[in-house]
Amino acid sequence: MAGTVHAEGHAHHHEETFLTKWVFSQDHKMIGRQFLVTAVVMAVIAMMMSVFFRLQLGWPGESFGILNTFLGDKWAPDGVLDRNMYLALVTMHGTIMVFFVLTGGLSGTFSNLLIPLQIGARDMASGFLNMLSYWLFFLSSVIMVASVFAEGGPASGGWTIYPPLSALPQAMPGSGLGMTLWLVSMAIFIASSLLGSLNYIVTILNLRTKGMKMTRLPLTIWAFFITAVLGVLSFPVLLSAALLLIMDRSAGTAFYLSDIYIAGEALDATGGSPILFQHLFWFLGHPEVYIVMLPALGITSEIIATNSRKPIFGYRAMIGSILAIGFLSFIVWGHHMFVTGMNPFLGSVFVFTTLLIAIPSAVKAFNYITTLWKGHIVYTPAMLFSIGLVSSFVTGGVTGIILADSALDINVHDTYFVVAHFHIVMGLSAIFGMFAGVYHWFPKLFGRMLNTKLGYAHFWVTIVSAYGVFFPMHYLGLAGAPRRYYEYSEFAMFDQVVDLNVMISVFAIIGAAAQGIFLFNFFYSIFKGQVAVQNPWKSNTLEWTTPVKHIHGNWEGELPTVHRWPYDYSRYEEQDYMPQTVPLKEGEEDH
Amino acid sequence: MSKLLLLAVVVLVVIAIAQLTKVYELGRRLKKQREEEISVANNRLNANLWLVFMVFFYMFFIVLSVYYSDKMLPEAASEHGANLDWLMGLNLLLVTAVFFVVNTLLFWFSYKYYGKPGRKAVFFPHDNKLELLWTIVPTVVLAGIIITGLVAWNDITDEAEEDAVRIELYSKQFDWTARYAGQDQELGKASFNFISGTNPLGIITQEAIENKLAEIDENIKSKESQLENEVMSDAVEKDTEVAVRRLYAQRARINSLKLAENEKELGYDDKIVKAEFHIPVNREVKFTFRSQDVIHSAYMPHFRAQMNAVPGMTTTFKFKPTITTDSMRTITGNEDFNYTLLCNKICGAAHYNMKMDIIVESEEDYQKWLSGQKTFAQSLGLEDKAEGLAENLNK
Repeated sequence: MAGTVHAEGHAHHHEETFLTKWVFSQDHKMIGRQFLVTAVVMAVIAMMMSVFFRLQLGWPGESFGILNTFLGDKWAPDGVLDRNMYLALVTMHGTIMVFFVLTGGLSGTFSNLLIPLQIGARDMASGFLNMLSYWLFFLSSVIMVASVFAEGGPASGGWTIYPPLSALPQAMPGSGLGMTLWLVSMAIFIASSLLGSLNYIVTILNLRTKGMKMTRLPLTIWAFFITAVLGVLSFPVLLSAALLLIMDRSAGTAFYLSDIYIAGEALDATGGSPILFQHLFWFLGHPEVYIVMLPALGITSEIIATNSRKPIFGYRAMIGSILAIGFLSFIVWGHHMFVTGMNPFLGSVFVFTTLLIAIPSAVKAFNYITTLWKGHIVYTPAMLFSIGLVSSFVTGGVTGIILADSALDINVHDTYFVVAHFHIVMGLSAIFGMFAGVYHWFPKLFGRMLNTKLGYAHFWVTIVSAYGVFFPMHYLGLAGAPRRYYEYSEFAMFDQVVDLNVMISVFAIIGAAAQGIFLFNFFYSIFKGQVAVQNPWKSNTLEWTTPVKHIHGNWEGELPTVHRWPYDYSRYEEQDYMPQTVPLKEGEEDH
Repeated sequence: MSKLLLLAVVVLVVIAIAQLTKVYELGRRLKKQREEEISVANNRLNANLWLVFMVFFYMFFIVLSVYYSDKMLPEAASEHGANLDWLMGLNLLLVTAVFFVVNTLLFWFSYKYYGKPGRKAVFFPHDNKLELLWTIVPTVVLAGIIITGLVAWNDITDEAEEDAVRIELYSKQFDWTARYAGQDQELGKASFNFISGTNPLGIITQEAIENKLAEIDENIKSKESQLENEVMSDAVEKDTEVAVRRLYAQRARINSLKLAENEKELGYDDKIVKAEFHIPVNREVKFTFRSQDVIHSAYMPHFRAQMNAVPGMTTTFKFKPTITTDSMRTITGNEDFNYTLLCNKICGAAHYNMKMDIIVESEEDYQKWLSGQKTFAQSLGLEDKAEGLAENLNK
């Protein structure tokens, strides 16, 4: 097998300097940690941004010292959020959360940490590309954050950066330097994502240890695998969309621009189409939803099985649904564009394909629930977050049925109903998956344990405030309240529902404060947490056969051999788990 | 000072949590408990919390639904809207049922099967019948949703009736303008090249073309003579050259426009209105949307209508209003009620107050209102054009 060949390459031990160990490391475990810490920092920034604009939405026009403290006199004169800055914050919050936290952070951390460990490989196929992937991610993060300080503010046209708004500096201040930096940062981010994804795919296909058939892979690995495939196929399309936009902005081309009169003059551009950008953007944008979701679902599969002390229900159906979701995600993008004037028949096709996705999603949800049934549930914080994920996946998922229905979408399109939908189904689920992963694999990441009690407190306050924030948004949306509004006072029709915004903002502040518990637990436990044992959760997968203290090459001596699937929980009388490395008994069948 | 205070509070909170954690961990160590060993008491605690959470979550849902039920949009004021409301009600009912059933199963199992001594998990890796069940049931339900949805969608996106009122909604940062086809029932052509203070929608008439060409030629001449005769810095010279090149390009664009004989004065009887526009009840209205600068979205929630206005292309939406503004005031019990057009696609700083009121009234009142609006020709001071056109039509 490839694994044994690879092992020889690591036989000679080479000295590590501080720089190669901690900074320019090519070790997948260290790179995973680097991704995680970067993502945590980015998440804090994006969360702070959301609190800032929630202050404005909850109490429009009121003065908040904290806004002035952070944003200065230019963007929050007298503590009142500037309306351009409001749009900028909304845009940056979305961009950072979707790309830097839930794509880079989630896949970067867990694909890196778990792929070699769970398939029994010494490291990624290419350690160097892996390192490059992280440092490009780091660079793009720095540029994105730096763009906040650009003249005119950061990009402000929404995280979907639709031109012409994003293409014309005359249209809004954020479409100047801020937008340029956004595009540069994203181009680098995409390069990082592609390097990472290629590496994940190659590693999973080629470096599985002896006995690790594709049908014996933990569902985490299946999820990371399909996620990487989605990324490789869709991110380049966003890159081309961004490049064409860069051309329109600076080279005088007209890919997306036509017949525009702005700031007192008729522009030269003719023949372009703003709708073209939307097709390209959402060709990535929709698979992106699953690039964010699938790793979280994979993590959840693993954690729910382990902590229910039961095999994941319907392992093959779970793989099938991951494949189906992955495939369908490429042919549904048009449901973001029902009211753009796109041909109505084309709209009908997208209605059909989009609603099909509900089927594999339903299969997943029911399989999780059946896994809990008659289990012996151990409530680690990771388990709480995983169950929370299933709840938010269902609660947010069902409203997708309404949004996918083009006729019904007409009246809720771009309202708070949509904001509620995607924050619950994608934002909450994915971040719950990420938290679950951190709690579960913290011992593997840092060799220490997170504090369980703080984990409980973190989870319960988070889920209550998260639903408190996003659930009421459905009502705002059904009342017709558009998203990305600075305030609603201009429209008497919203007078009776805007009080919801106060409640939402209060929950948002509580929810944000609750993350302080996690941050403390996280950083405290890295250094002072209880030292971990080798297999704290009594789990079957290979990563728990490696030593607690990280070593280069992951296993002392030979790579482990795999004899069974990873879900033999409660199959035997003697003990309720059976690691993949234990041979099957005589005449026994693998599942 | 307040900044310092804030910082101090944050630091104190962190220290407090740290100290508490230390105490807690020392306690653990004394009792020889480890983080990975979850006690039965903790399993039970979290299991119970799931039940508590479920109860509060459902109560939250119910209270919100009851309290806000009469604060949502009033009944649909358009023909297709009534159908959509019915469909929406059905779908909401369905997804709410799924929400309750699935979440209840989840929370209930999470409560019931917490780990305690004497309970052993069953080894239950798969069951084809069950899996088939929850593949087929959603498929059947979704088929129903798709079919009913698409029937409604086809109806909404169908061609408008011949005698529909034709209105153009024109968007720019940050307001709306409505344009009515005049007596000829046809909107005059328009192009961004002709936008000016007196012609805000860029309506094309033969005269507008001639004037614009003359203006451009004039401009080119003066700029070229500047370039030839004046001493200017390199930067200014370059700018002027670019300006001249752009003027030539614009002239070429305008020259490529060819108006048919009947189109030359078509736009003169168009009526342009701001701030509010009127539509007759029980007659289909066909809207076309254009945008001057960036993408906007014409959202008329009371009519369950929305369509983007995209620069460089024309989009359409039609509906038949069924309830007059007056009747809706009675229905909602709100004397100040007005139908509203909002912008629902992020378009810049003042996106949030880009609005126009819509008045639905009887055909008679509508005609009266419309005849009181100025035509494009009148707004240009070309009274004779408008009259001449009317006479032509009467013949």
